[in-house]
Amino acid sequence: MAEIAGKLREVFVEALDLDEDVDVENLKYRDIEAWDSVGHMALIAALEDEFDVQFDTDQVIDMSSFKVAADMITALQNSSDD
Amino acid sequence: MTDLRGKVALVTGGTRGIGLATVRALAEAGAEVVLTGRDEAKAKEAAASVEGAVSGQALDVTDAKAVATLVRAVAKEHGRLDIAVANAGIMEDALLGMIREEVVERTLTTNVAGTIHTVQAAARAMMRKKSGVIIVLASVVGEQGSAGQTVYAASKAAVANIALSAAKELGRSGIRVNAVAPGLIETALTEGLGEDAVAANIGKTPLGRLGRPEDVANAIRFLVSAEASFITGQVLGVDGGLVL
Repeated sequence: MAEIAGKLREVFVEALDLDEDVDVENLKYRDIEAWDSVGHMALIAALEDEFDVQFDTDQVIDMSSFKVAADMITALQNSSDD
Repeated sequence: MTDLRGKVALVTGGTRGIGLATVRALAEAGAEVVLTGRDEAKAKEAAASVEGAVSGQALDVTDAKAVATLVRAVAKEHGRLDIAVANAGIMEDALLGMIREEVVERTLTTNVAGTIHTVQAAARAMMRKKSGVIIVLASVVGEQGSAGQTVYAASKAAVANIALSAAKELGRSGIRVNAVAPGLIETALTEGLGEDAVAANIGKTPLGRLGRPEDVANAIRFLVSAEASFITGQVLGVDGGLVL
């Protein structure tokens, strides 16, 4: 996870238009106004582009925090390496 | 003339009828267009029949994952997706007591779920640029009902509502969503209606004729253009006044 955390943070900040002082690593869905359902779609689109992965609908729904996002992306990248 | 140069468009169900006319209208205005159909050969053949930057790909809109994959691939290959026309649909007529369960399933899965899958995927592709236009294909029968078309009419009423709800959600992301609701249009879907039914419809239509696929395509071309930049959440009838 540490390998992707930096880039993941950048994507979160850009997609959700976060201030630099936001504790991104501990962010959870709906913690802040910007990460509502519409912000979530923008975030998903950005993550798919930046990490070249594709989330299915269940994963989109289940992505409830920065940490979950990191785990999902790591798993998707590992599965594509197999 | 509407200028869509530099725009990338996706049209599902684009191999014939209203879909193909829409592909032609968008390509004429300068858009790069990807059309889809269930049969890859027919999709490529349809694409080759249109002048301009048009390509054809196979897609079953009932397969959510396939829709997401294709939309993402289009956006990646062309660098953007500006316009999505969720046109793919089916129509199977049956009087109320004669509706088979599989017709209900097939019609709702294709027309409603297929449209939702397309709108979802397109919206996701448009999100990052915070701009885009989505058109869904409703129908006059979705508003008025039609004997022998209970399932189809119900599906089209649902499709119109997809446009309204999606427009509310996506407006703040700069994405417009509208529906067009054709009346009776001369296409393969309606050619089996019979002369009496056609004459009866023409009789109820103030403009006194059937619609042509190009009539609907022209409305779509307007709705996706910059001229319609403050129009969202609308269901535009293209029906010669049939609903009056």
